[in-house]
Amino acid sequence: MNGAQDLGGMHGFGPVVPEPNEPVFHAEWERRAFALTLAAAMPGDWNLDMTRFARENRPPAEYLAMSYYQVWFAALEAMLKERGLVADDEIDTGHSLHPPKPVARTLSPGDVAQVLHRGAPTERETKRAAKFKAGDKVRAKTINPVTHTRLPRYVRGRTGTIERVIGCHVFPDSNALGAGENPQWLYTVRFEGRELWGGNADPTVAVSVDAWEPYLEPVA
Amino acid sequence: MQLRTRALETILLEKGYIEPAAIDLLIETYEKKIGPRNGAQVVAKAWVDPKFRQWLFADGTAAVESLGFSGRSANHLVALENTPSVHNMVVCTLCSCYPWAVLGLPPLWYKSAPYRSRTVADPRGVLADFGVELPKDMEIRVWDSTAELRYLVVPMRPAGTEGWSEDNLADLVTRDSMIGTGLAKSPKDLK
Repeated sequence: MNGAQDLGGMHGFGPVVPEPNEPVFHAEWERRAFALTLAAAMPGDWNLDMTRFARENRPPAEYLAMSYYQVWFAALEAMLKERGLVADDEIDTGHSLHPPKPVARTLSPGDVAQVLHRGAPTERETKRAAKFKAGDKVRAKTINPVTHTRLPRYVRGRTGTIERVIGCHVFPDSNALGAGENPQWLYTVRFEGRELWGGNADPTVAVSVDAWEPYLEPVA
Repeated sequence: MQLRTRALETILLEKGYIEPAAIDLLIETYEKKIGPRNGAQVVAKAWVDPKFRQWLFADGTAAVESLGFSGRSANHLVALENTPSVHNMVVCTLCSCYPWAVLGLPPLWYKSAPYRSRTVADPRGVLADFGVELPKDMEIRVWDSTAELRYLVVPMRPAGTEGWSEDNLADLVTRDSMIGTGLAKSPKDLK
């Protein structure tokens, strides 16, 4: 979706302000919001792409006004409610008022290290051949899905070069919808700064994105 | 937010969806155990061990796993080599993708709108915010983490560190130098 999460190239946010000796978390509630989000993914049985969509799927003004973990927390509440795991009246009162919905799994302390160690690899086997090879010229398609996508607006319609064929990976646009992993070939595509930002842009800059095959079309 | 997070945690506990010890362990892991010191060890090893360096650039995931760093948010790790002619910078314009297993959780600025909006269009301006100025003819290569690949910048080894141990070298490797918003410290910075 063309939401406020797609920030590349926007102006007006001011300088980047690094915080010296920054702590990992800035408040106790951030610790809780972080860990609850990780732990709830098991009973919630949602995938990473659904999580990302739940975070970005809100009015732009709201997204930009929220802190990072506020966005995480809002998405967590939304996903729990959508799946009927938690109800509005429970959130209002701060207690469980209804019987729990049966869930397949929860995260036990003994599993934490293993779950983190395993992570979530997204590469999948395929028999299909990759359409592009390193060095091919490609154009990022002009697409504007209202659902989740990982093709940022600033490269749409721009021409770049395949730098690397990465492998066949879970396709977020499908996975976020619960429509299956639908693995697709993934490429690192390099764009020159001037192609993205115009003739006055710094000629020493190049930017790459990792783009799935359905995002790309050949350039003759 | 304190009240809202506590309320939700209570509900999830009462329903049996979460186990408190797992919550504590997740927090402890990312607050105390996993951090940029992991990545610094990777870089220091790449500086002293040519075979490891070659492996790291050929198959970052396997090379980093050999040091015990793997899994969540580094299942597909790509190491980027800074050279006298190319400087790499990593960003996630769409969210906050970051190689947790080697750098820990990202700093606030990495997740902020200023960094996410400007890095792809004006990386030299962003570097200036960090007090870094690079030669005008150096290529600035920005990597937008739009898929599940996670990028780790291997900064150039500072001069005057010949014969240093990996441990001592790791002290020179800052978190920002592995994102590309900084350079490795020089020996005189340590004093």
